[in-house]
Amino acid sequence: MSESAASSPLAAPSARHLSPALHHQFEDIEQQRDAGNFGMWVFLATEMLFFGGVFTGYIMYRSLYYPGFAAGSHGLEVNLGAAMTFVLLASSFTMAMAVHAARAGRRGMLLGLLFATILLGIAFLGMKFTEYSHKWHEQMVPGLNFHPSLTELRGAPEHAVELFLCFYFFMTGLHALHMIIGIGLLSVMAILAWRGRISCEHYNRVEVSGLYWHFVDIIWIYLFPLLYLIGGRYK
Amino acid sequence: MFFIGGAAAVMMRLHLIEPAGALVQPETYNKLFTMHGVVMVFFFLIPSIPATLGNFLVPMMIGARDLAFPRLNLLSWYVYITGAAFTLYALISGGVDTGWTFYTPLSSHYLNTHVITTALGVFITGFSSILTGLNFIVTIHKMRAPGMTWKRMPLFLWSIYAASVIFVLATPVLAIALFLVGLERIFHVGIFDPAIGGDPVLFQHLFWFYSHPAVYIMILPGMGVVSELVTCFSKKKPFGYIFIAYSSLAIAVFSFLVWGHHLFVSSQSVYAGFISSALSFALAIPSAIKVFNWTATLYKGSISYQAPMLYALGFIGLFTMGGLTGLFLASLATGVHLHDTYFVIAHFHYIMVGGAVMAYLGGIHFWWPKITGRLYHDGWARFAALVIFVGFNLTFFPQYMLGYLGMPRRYAVYPAEFQVLDVMSSAGASHTRRRLLDSIRLSSLVHPLWTRSRIESLERERPGMGDAIAASHR
Amino acid sequence: MALEITGIAIPSLICIFLFLWGASLFFAAAQSPQGAMAIFVVGKQWMWHLQHPEGPREINQLHIPVDVPVRLTMTSEDVIHDFFVPAFRMKMDVVPGRYTSEWFEATKPGSYHLFCAQYCGTLHSGMTGTIEVMSLTGYAQWLRENSTAESMAQMGLQLFSRLGCDTCHLSDGTGAGPALQGRFGKQVTLRDGQNRVMDGAYVRQSILDPASLPLPNYRPVMPTFRGQVSEEHILQLIAYIKSLASGERTQAP
Repeated sequence: MSESAASSPLAAPSARHLSPALHHQFEDIEQQRDAGNFGMWVFLATEMLFFGGVFTGYIMYRSLYYPGFAAGSHGLEVNLGAAMTFVLLASSFTMAMAVHAARAGRRGMLLGLLFATILLGIAFLGMKFTEYSHKWHEQMVPGLNFHPSLTELRGAPEHAVELFLCFYFFMTGLHALHMIIGIGLLSVMAILAWRGRISCEHYNRVEVSGLYWHFVDIIWIYLFPLLYLIGGRYK
Repeated sequence: MFFIGGAAAVMMRLHLIEPAGALVQPETYNKLFTMHGVVMVFFFLIPSIPATLGNFLVPMMIGARDLAFPRLNLLSWYVYITGAAFTLYALISGGVDTGWTFYTPLSSHYLNTHVITTALGVFITGFSSILTGLNFIVTIHKMRAPGMTWKRMPLFLWSIYAASVIFVLATPVLAIALFLVGLERIFHVGIFDPAIGGDPVLFQHLFWFYSHPAVYIMILPGMGVVSELVTCFSKKKPFGYIFIAYSSLAIAVFSFLVWGHHLFVSSQSVYAGFISSALSFALAIPSAIKVFNWTATLYKGSISYQAPMLYALGFIGLFTMGGLTGLFLASLATGVHLHDTYFVIAHFHYIMVGGAVMAYLGGIHFWWPKITGRLYHDGWARFAALVIFVGFNLTFFPQYMLGYLGMPRRYAVYPAEFQVLDVMSSAGASHTRRRLLDSIRLSSLVHPLWTRSRIESLERERPGMGDAIAASHR
Repeated sequence: MALEITGIAIPSLICIFLFLWGASLFFAAAQSPQGAMAIFVVGKQWMWHLQHPEGPREINQLHIPVDVPVRLTMTSEDVIHDFFVPAFRMKMDVVPGRYTSEWFEATKPGSYHLFCAQYCGTLHSGMTGTIEVMSLTGYAQWLRENSTAESMAQMGLQLFSRLGCDTCHLSDGTGAGPALQGRFGKQVTLRDGQNRVMDGAYVRQSILDPASLPLPNYRPVMPTFRGQVSEEHILQLIAYIKSLASGERTQAP
């Protein structure tokens, strides 16, 4: 396909500003950067609808089975959740700084910030795992190990709590999966930065990974209140 | 994949010659129609035009060297193959009998066939669609050659663009719905499970939120191809260019709002039915605009009846028929009666086969020389186009009548009174399928190999092809 | 341009007309007339269970009188089915976990196809039956010949005592549960202030999931009967509780 396209009269290689970072299909580095960013935005639109499906289900069932959802929510560890939120926000900050460092072409700073972001991401997953294991010990994992005690149910119907927990595990699990992909992405960026493959002219990849990371972050910003803070906990 | 799906369809039609079922057990029949649906929808219709003609033509038509992300494009091909491998594995190792719609709780709690593998296959293939759509959107937005403004783009690009929007926004919802079905099967509990108060109808909402727009993924590129063919072979400018272009976008937007018309009898509220019916009628309007404008383009044109044009004309006729019968289904009162009968089957085959496949074949014939540098045998190709048109109508027209009389779809055995129409349909089917295969093989693949000498004459015959389209259209 | 506009306007008007016509018929069909004869349907892989309020039960066959509106209340034991009678132009999904309904009025005696129109598994195409539309006298005779010892409400009463419901739901209101006399069809106020009408769906929910319907002044002690009662049983219990509302006396024979 590219051969036939290259024969197009509009392709005039001699007139192009040639840079090693420029892929063959683009006219100039500006266009390449635009396309990359726009591509990621379009991808995030996809992701939004991906999560949108579960959010829709959540909203529907929450209106149907509110007491169960509130009871399930009260069973979650809100402090841990708050800590996770904090860690994730901090990682977003380091990520934003990393993009800044990449743009400025400061390799050492970029590497350090990428590592910080990855570490914070791993810390988040660690806390998530702790919470999952608590749920397991409380026998509150639908499908695999679900024998809730009466105190855990807080007077709400068992099946509604079970539904809430299904959502809890689906949503946070899906989010964790995205975190893992994000960490993988950032690790690749770190390796590229280590090898000096990221220049101030060609920092686009870092920027795009950053967009993805912020998106995953924002999903959590919605998940945290939806899952942890419902049911008038502080009344 | 098309051949596998086609073989399944022929088996089904042969089976239905006898009311009690001539060939297979009901269980096998269920697997056959599931296989036919899954393979045809997810592995043929959706990727057909975008993946072949789209990938080839989009960069050329906008004057770019390539798509924005060639590697992503390659990746989407491998993703597609992986998804197809999973699905084929499911089919070979015992089949799956959920129907292509995977309705819960049947799919999530009751069947013991390879639902997870199939769902995974479709899930994976979904990502291939998303990546392709993403690639087209970015390419069309960011990589148009200087002077190639939106309003100068070939109509094919408008339709591909509209389809890509649907790819990107609808596919993830299907992905998440199938993902949830998979999880429910693995853990035997989940959000569609009525035993814990879950709502199985929620799945239908999520499913059709994807699958209704998906039918426009299938037909929009076809409309784009036909817009090009009609313009080229009537040697006129397209009538009402801007209306055709915007109607593509209107279809894409409306397509997201009408999924409720699949749920008229699913116990959703009557008001939801009311709104989706109204929106479905609204959706008919942009489609009608296209048909009018094609017809107006043909009017007083100097038409040459070459093979691609025959396909395009076939498309217009069959699509109009499919579209008008769609109104019966969109109308609430008749929709209730015709829902899940053979009427629906006939309706969407008129759109999908009569529409998308005709356009695909027309497009392949039209751009075949551009792709391979060789011309097909025009006589054979014209013959095939006519045979497909006739055979198709023989197959599916009786199904309208069957549906109106009340024969439900997905029936392996049926009351004797439907036999006459069923036999007619089956006869048409075996006729069509054989010719369909012939036409693809003979006219497009075999003949070009020994008609090299006609390459030069081609450019004389067809002014305005390939990049010439991009550069000198309008 | 003028041609283009006309080309858009005319089909739009036709569409609007067709839409309104279809919608008005649809709303008429969604609203069952007062005093329609009730039939209860339970779909099950792969057969139809039907019961008349007078007691007779049928499988894959339904006898109804001609020229009488019939209202079906339907639910499913397992997957989604669909009760489709092409000759009556009626179709409605039969969904597990909820009640759906449809109604029709047969105008000609005869025998009509009943299909399941929602794919429901292996023997989906075997889930068919017939609707026998009979003259009024013929139907009355059929009902006599097939009469059972008990009506649906009486079967419900039997269940009511067999399951021990009557140990708490005492008729004088002194039990651990509320008295059920005269309650069906009335409004119920839940503990959180929500108002619900006590209909079939409400009764079904309170049998299967009593904790989700906490009442003021009563402790939530009722256990769930999920797994102990089939959908048919629940319909009989509903018939019984409904009979308590209309004040008709239901005696165990």
